[in-house]
Amino acid sequence: MKNFFEKSDLSRSEAENIVSDTLNKCDDGELYLENTKSETILLDDNKIKNSSYNSDLGFGFRAISGEIVAYSHSNEISKNSLKESSENLKSTLKSVKGTYNHEIPKSNKKYYDNINPIEQKALIEKINILNDVNNYLRSKSDKVKQVTANFLGEQKSVEIIRSGGETLSDVRPLIRFNVSVMLEKNGRKETGVYGVGGRQSYDNYLKGDNWKNVCDEALRIASVNLESKPAPAGEMKVVLGPGWPAILIHEAVGHGLEGDFNRKKTSAFHNLMGQKVASEGVTIIDDGTIDNRRGSLTIDDEGTPTEKTVLIENGILKNFMQDRLNARLMKTRSTGSGRRENYRHIVLPRMRNTMMLSGNHTQEEMIKSVDKGIFAVSFGGGQVDITSGKFVFNCTEAYEIVNGKIGSPIKGATLIGDGPSILKEVSMVGNDMMMDPGIGTCGKAGQGVPVGVAQPSILINKMTVGGTKL
Amino acid sequence: MVKDQEFLKKKAAYCLDLANKLGATDSSVVVKNSVSETVNFRNKKLDESNRSDDLGISITTYIGKKKSSISSSNLLNENLNILIEKCIETTKNTPEDEFNSLPDRDLLAKEVKDLDLYDDTHIGNDRKIDYLKKLEDAASNDKKIVNTDSSFTQNKSNFVLANSDGFCDGHKTSSFTASVVTVAKDEKSMERDYEYSSKCFFKDLDDADKLGKLAAKQTIRKLSPKKIGSEKIAIIFDKRIAKGILSTFASAISSSAISRGTSFLKDKVNQKIFSDKINILDKPDMRKGLGSRNFDMEGVKTDTLKLVDQGILKHYLIDTYNGKKLNLKSNGRCGGTSNLYFENGNISFKDLLNSNSKSLYITETIGHGSNIVTGDYSVGATGFLVENGEFKYPINEITIAGNFKDMFQNIILANDLESKYATNSPTMLVEGMVVAGK
Repeated sequence: MKNFFEKSDLSRSEAENIVSDTLNKCDDGELYLENTKSETILLDDNKIKNSSYNSDLGFGFRAISGEIVAYSHSNEISKNSLKESSENLKSTLKSVKGTYNHEIPKSNKKYYDNINPIEQKALIEKINILNDVNNYLRSKSDKVKQVTANFLGEQKSVEIIRSGGETLSDVRPLIRFNVSVMLEKNGRKETGVYGVGGRQSYDNYLKGDNWKNVCDEALRIASVNLESKPAPAGEMKVVLGPGWPAILIHEAVGHGLEGDFNRKKTSAFHNLMGQKVASEGVTIIDDGTIDNRRGSLTIDDEGTPTEKTVLIENGILKNFMQDRLNARLMKTRSTGSGRRENYRHIVLPRMRNTMMLSGNHTQEEMIKSVDKGIFAVSFGGGQVDITSGKFVFNCTEAYEIVNGKIGSPIKGATLIGDGPSILKEVSMVGNDMMMDPGIGTCGKAGQGVPVGVAQPSILINKMTVGGTKL
Repeated sequence: MVKDQEFLKKKAAYCLDLANKLGATDSSVVVKNSVSETVNFRNKKLDESNRSDDLGISITTYIGKKKSSISSSNLLNENLNILIEKCIETTKNTPEDEFNSLPDRDLLAKEVKDLDLYDDTHIGNDRKIDYLKKLEDAASNDKKIVNTDSSFTQNKSNFVLANSDGFCDGHKTSSFTASVVTVAKDEKSMERDYEYSSKCFFKDLDDADKLGKLAAKQTIRKLSPKKIGSEKIAIIFDKRIAKGILSTFASAISSSAISRGTSFLKDKVNQKIFSDKINILDKPDMRKGLGSRNFDMEGVKTDTLKLVDQGILKHYLIDTYNGKKLNLKSNGRCGGTSNLYFENGNISFKDLLNSNSKSLYITETIGHGSNIVTGDYSVGATGFLVENGEFKYPINEITIAGNFKDMFQNIILANDLESKYATNSPTMLVEGMVVAGK
């Protein structure tokens, strides 16, 4: 556990006094201390291109009164710096008054171990694996023209000091292993990307020859794309594969169910609570409590233990995701969804692991039922316009479906749909729910946080596919 | 107050000296400090105030052809001692790469011009609040506007870049940024749009009233959109989208994409990739330019480059490492372009709208649909149907797709270039793209 006051002229009790004094007349707020150690080791173009280490330390001091948030952050954990921040917060909130809410739920559950993944594996071993990845892929096919592979590892220690001296803390490990391969055949180039990760040590993901599976998958996707033909343009049926394609759920409905957009009434969902927003059989949850997953958290960045939040149950909208601020203003409770990228940023309600639960259809049934459509297996990223509800995501592996059979692979295309109505177009939910491999990062208001997604195969009656073939 | 040059230079010298003592044959260091203050407003009320004071240091050490780097936000010497020691240890254990080196000494910037990038004016929170009040009043005039969100940020930064070949320079920069997001609503729909202004000098910032009115107008006209059928159609990109296409071009000519062979513009120097009316410039020495600089992230001097001359690609964007790999000299583009723009075309905005009997005017795209390996482009889009030069009705839930190789050849530019961002384009027409809708 990091002692944030070890090398500072500021003692813990002095810090607690400044916090209590500053937040005394506010509704909420806290001092958030953070220390992140992270590493990147990158192999690219046959060489180790980058081996870097980052150590980031700082605090963010937040005071909330009514709807107003005052925030100040600094890298220096010192008496002067904290006092300066305190003055800054007080001056913003000088004319307002509130009653501090001391209540914060407690839990003893932990969803990952207190480890430092960077220290658990020697640099030379990591370099050797990356070189093995490069040699392995290049030996598999002479079409391989470029290999990029990297390790990202971090350990983030956080401590939250609330008014009255209540202290909450967490140590969060996170790793990611990515492989990207580019193939060239007759002058045509295509790329395949795959990765794995989560809140465990590197070896949990690399044991045995598991790194080879990651390479094989990247190579397989690139090979499929090398044979792809132009994607169709227009509205058609879409079958989504299980796992990572659940970024559809994340973009189409997840963001629209975050508390802040609904309190501000800028989400297309703000007036739909209790109403039918999805087909029967569609249940969507956001869960921060799955062991070692990328989107899991023992406590959120306000100190609230995370939970499994039911967002949509059998088609009916049940809950929004809340942080403390939006929960208080909407007269509900925090769902443990208050997150921030780091101490430089304010807390926002964010997703953790967003999942659509299994139904009882098979993927085979879905494909058989489609005369003309596409089968989308893997995706790049997505984006949503919260207000209009329109969202997109980019296929990185997809096939046409003709008369109930999977046909040729098609080139990467953007799919666009309407968030509030798309889940009503889901006509079959598969029995094959799968988690993504642990690679997602969600962006909102300039802040990136690690998230997870999961879903079974699903059949959507109508979506617009943004290809070039009319 | 942002830290001064003397403080940053002292830290830089300390690091270079220590790296050298611990066995580095070469090293470079960047020390920076950035202080920003933001006020956010929502529906004409104070919503958030945010002050940030960020210190950062990043150090790269070389032992022969081995290289590694560290970065930290903690500038205390005892922390730097631990980190530099770790960096040297990692360097020793990292394999050699023959192309690793500091930039050639004769390419380092020697003459450093004052480009007028720092405005000492301090806009306190009260003045920010006044500006935002005026802005939101203007933005919320129409009853159809149901939500306004706005923010004002003042940023003051300072940095020093130094290396063991004796380069040591840096300067202060400032920026003042105002932005507003408006939401409009009618019976059928809810739509969002924005407007934005960012300048080095406060006095150059757009008028609050003007920004607010523009955002409201742009949002209201999007209400009750329709979806259209799938067809081949001429696309007109609003300036704010056209600049993104220019940025994609810039990533495709970065020396790293070229040397790795992952760009559709590899081996295209001296070939015609645009029509002969197209010229693209990257001009680093504009006074008060948002992308202006005297040298790049390695200290290499940056001259103006005509990247595309009458449709012909003339240069890649080259840094030291990839330059050595490609057997080319760095042209001071480590970190990318500076002030990048298309030169004006020779027809007016009005004539551009009129050049096809039917076209789509795109004001927003969503998704990450630009693939620089293949040149394929496919994104979600929002905009307007234009018929005989007139805006007919708003369009959404469509995608537009094409391939940059063809799109570049078909670009026609209006003569309405303005300097709003670091990368700027006039309004752009591209014929022959595919829209997917109903």
